[in-house]
Amino acid sequence: MCLAVPMQVIEINGSEDDFLSQPTALVESDGIKKEVRLDIVDRWPNLGDYVIIHAGFAIHTLDPQEAKTNLRLLQEMAAVTHGDGETA
Amino acid sequence: MKYLSEFRDSALTKPLVAELQRFPARPIRIMEICGTHTMAIFHHGLRSILPEGLQLISGPGCPVCVTAAGHIDAFVDIAQQDKVRVAIFGDLMRVPGSNGSLSQAAAHGAQVEMVYSPMDALELAEKHPGELIVFLSVGFETTTPGVAATILEANRRETSNFAVYSTHKVIPPPLELLLADPDLELNGLLCPGHVSTIIGAQAYQTVADKYQLPCVVAGFEPADILRALIMLLRQIHEERYEVENGYNRAVTWQGNQRACALVDKVFIPEDSPWRGMGILPGSGLAIRETYSQFDASKRLDITMQDIAEPKGCLCGEILCGKFAPPDCPLFAKACTPANPIGPCMVSSEGTCAAYFRYGEK
Repeated sequence: MCLAVPMQVIEINGSEDDFLSQPTALVESDGIKKEVRLDIVDRWPNLGDYVIIHAGFAIHTLDPQEAKTNLRLLQEMAAVTHGDGETA
Repeated sequence: MKYLSEFRDSALTKPLVAELQRFPARPIRIMEICGTHTMAIFHHGLRSILPEGLQLISGPGCPVCVTAAGHIDAFVDIAQQDKVRVAIFGDLMRVPGSNGSLSQAAAHGAQVEMVYSPMDALELAEKHPGELIVFLSVGFETTTPGVAATILEANRRETSNFAVYSTHKVIPPPLELLLADPDLELNGLLCPGHVSTIIGAQAYQTVADKYQLPCVVAGFEPADILRALIMLLRQIHEERYEVENGYNRAVTWQGNQRACALVDKVFIPEDSPWRGMGILPGSGLAIRETYSQFDASKRLDITMQDIAEPKGCLCGEILCGKFAPPDCPLFAKACTPANPIGPCMVSSEGTCAAYFRYGEK
């Protein structure tokens, strides 16, 4: 039930400091568009950012730098084996 | 960066599998706490490539599965009340209680709607002004902040016909209970990804220190899970016990403090019953007095009864890692996804459903 997926922000309605109406974002992944709420997101997203969506709420704005680091660590871990001549 | 395909790429996963398989064979028991991990591990066939001796044990992290039979009965009671329409996450529909399931109640006229988000339940309240809409709320740390935000939104809109029946739970108390059991003999914990997005990797420091247990937070893509298993095995072989974050694109050490603050604003810890584990102090979340008009247990005066679990069903023991589904005499015989007896066979994330679906005996 804790399934959550990254989707890209293509539109933001409202602003971070608007206390009267809660802001939402239109997010997209593989052509599927969805309106999600930004009430609980940790960092305010910019257009083009990816956010992790769970049950209609953005719960985390992905940081491209962190994601690149994440991928690099995985690649490094994979490269250790590859470099040792194991069949990959 | 798409944040998905990169982490499924076989150019990445193949060498990680090879690296994982280089660890010397020895008996090692790792618990994956989260039901979404259980599903992902089966779905990607990762159980078939584990090094010899490495056993993955499913833990108590499937919210529908750990919901006590008494709460299921309370759900059915609420659904059967006059002028009440209940909204639920789909997984709950077919969990049997002592008076049947929500699905059976719906067949007898109860108004039961499946929703994707708690906000959809609030929208139902606008659509059906003559009814009380009750969101039957289950879920761990990942789900609770959205429910808190929905209650705050209902308060802002002054929606008078919306309430939540909270059976929300937090994950650290059952971990403490399980780890205190010496028979479980765990060597490491594969810690949940999106629960940790909210509570942060720091949440596992206490158990890592207290039980000298390696803890690694993992994402849900094949490369993420492989990396986390390698990190765990490295710790185990090097006799370290630390909290490491293998999902740093989505999880920080401190977590999402904005979400935690909202949860704290709306909910207050309470003792809560878990299937197979009894009542765990401070493991549940009740709606605070300030928002009691949105608390279905108060509005409808619902008291949860202590209901025995279905006869012969080993869900409770399976959730504690004591038995695997094939050990249960009902598994794949009297209890199947088409005719489930226990919740672990109902939920798409249930351990029994995963074993059944992927044909593991």
